[in-house]
Amino acid sequence: MSEVIDRPLLEEEKTATTRLRIVDCDVHPSLRSTDDLNEFLPKRWQQHLREYGSHLRTPYLFTTPYPRSSPLIARRDAWPPTGGVPGSDLAFMQKQHLDPLDVEFGILQVLDLFIFSQQNLEFGAAIQRAINDWQLAFWSHRDPRLKASILVGQDGVDLAIAEIERCAKIGEYIQINVSPRANEPLGRRRYWPIYERAQELDLPLGIHVGGYGGHPPTGGGWPSYYVEEHQSNAHTIAAQLASLVIEGVPERFPRLKIVFIEGGFGWIPSAVWRMDQHFERFRSEVPHLKRKPSEYVRENFWFTTQPIDEPDEARHLRALIEWVGIDRLLFSSDYPHWDFDDPRFAFKTPLTEAERRKIFSTNARAVYKF
Amino acid sequence: MARHIVASTSEIPPGGNKVVDVAGRDIVVFHVNGEFFALLNRCPHEGAPLEKAACVARLTSPEPGVYERSRVGEMLRCPWHGWEFDMRNGQSWFDPKRVKIRSYPVAVERGDELEKGPYVAETFPVHVEDSYVIVEV
Ligand code: FES
Repeated sequence: MSEVIDRPLLEEEKTATTRLRIVDCDVHPSLRSTDDLNEFLPKRWQQHLREYGSHLRTPYLFTTPYPRSSPLIARRDAWPPTGGVPGSDLAFMQKQHLDPLDVEFGILQVLDLFIFSQQNLEFGAAIQRAINDWQLAFWSHRDPRLKASILVGQDGVDLAIAEIERCAKIGEYIQINVSPRANEPLGRRRYWPIYERAQELDLPLGIHVGGYGGHPPTGGGWPSYYVEEHQSNAHTIAAQLASLVIEGVPERFPRLKIVFIEGGFGWIPSAVWRMDQHFERFRSEVPHLKRKPSEYVRENFWFTTQPIDEPDEARHLRALIEWVGIDRLLFSSDYPHWDFDDPRFAFKTPLTEAERRKIFSTNARAVYKF
Repeated sequence: MARHIVASTSEIPPGGNKVVDVAGRDIVVFHVNGEFFALLNRCPHEGAPLEKAACVARLTSPEPGVYERSRVGEMLRCPWHGWEFDMRNGQSWFDPKRVKIRSYPVAVERGDELEKGPYVAETFPVHVEDSYVIVEV
């Protein structure tokens, strides 16, 4: 049984007057320049980065195929006055985000260098390692509220395991992040050694949307517009949820915790209903599943809140939250990106004080063990 | 409603804005194409500071592939999620009945005319030879 569902509310959490400090599960730090990585990146790969750039299945170096609504997908007010790109200045992040919103813990999600989509696996492993070190040196050690993740790409499984071991020894990382779009669907057996290690280490698996991994963003191919492409995050996560569940990952690793980040949660009810319905009909195709898909989803998976769907009627959002489960949701702001959610105004539906505490703090505290 | 002198016209360059505190309210005054507009400095969606909004044109399209720009600089695009508002009255473009930014009447008057009225100038001395932006709150 999930320790989160069963975890009773502490006495002080029940009172409306206690201050609610926030756990923000999606904060994006940025490199000021790739030179920041030099101290962590062997000379051989520094030179490689300069000469060849990223190895991505995207058309141009350092770009994505779609414009991103605003430069560097950032809030227009998030450019540090000292220069540099949004998310690259700790003092400004503290002043604009961590302090005023009373963030108790912020989980760093690094997107620089499209780290999971690197097709040269050795180069990918080198920059993953550098970025993992950089997260501690430039962020966590300078502000202990900020928590680092072990970034690994799952297509180089042996390289990923080696990096997980290295970081786990350091002992400061709070989850293992893998690609949302690896070369194959995430439930495939070739990736299981990573899941096995995550379970043994009791580190949640974080899967943040983004990147292409060589796949078109939608099942129907390449869309024309960014607004069209932006929908695809939800489809991708839904497909990966189905892959993980139906290929048997939570059945095989029952204590593995998986957190989907920035996929939203409006799509979850229909995805889960459909899986359950088909499971009843096609049980004999997947006899390795011992329970209904929805049961695995309710015990092994969590979802960060942003971007929150905003139905016209508040009660519809309320019903959605209840369907997904108050226990399954972890607040995330996505600072400093353009679709940032402000925790004070993001939920346009009434929540009780106890529900707020779960979504904004205690669910994440239980998953990540803060 | 009192009238407040919030800036001299030369203080807010075209395309720029100034944030002022008027009677405890955080108000932002924009200068667009020779006109001034005053709005509450807070997006009705999630509260983004509108002083960082982009002043953009109205972009319309009668059919796919045909684009028309109009009212250049008069639309305000929120710095966070990009909701667009008409600077003249604060109305949102997508749902004008339900979503709007609070807006305030603005006048521009010469210093020699100002001498006569019940104005509140909190921050700077007024010279008769200059023009001033006045917000009514
Ligand atoms: S806060 Fe302005 S559009 Fe969301």
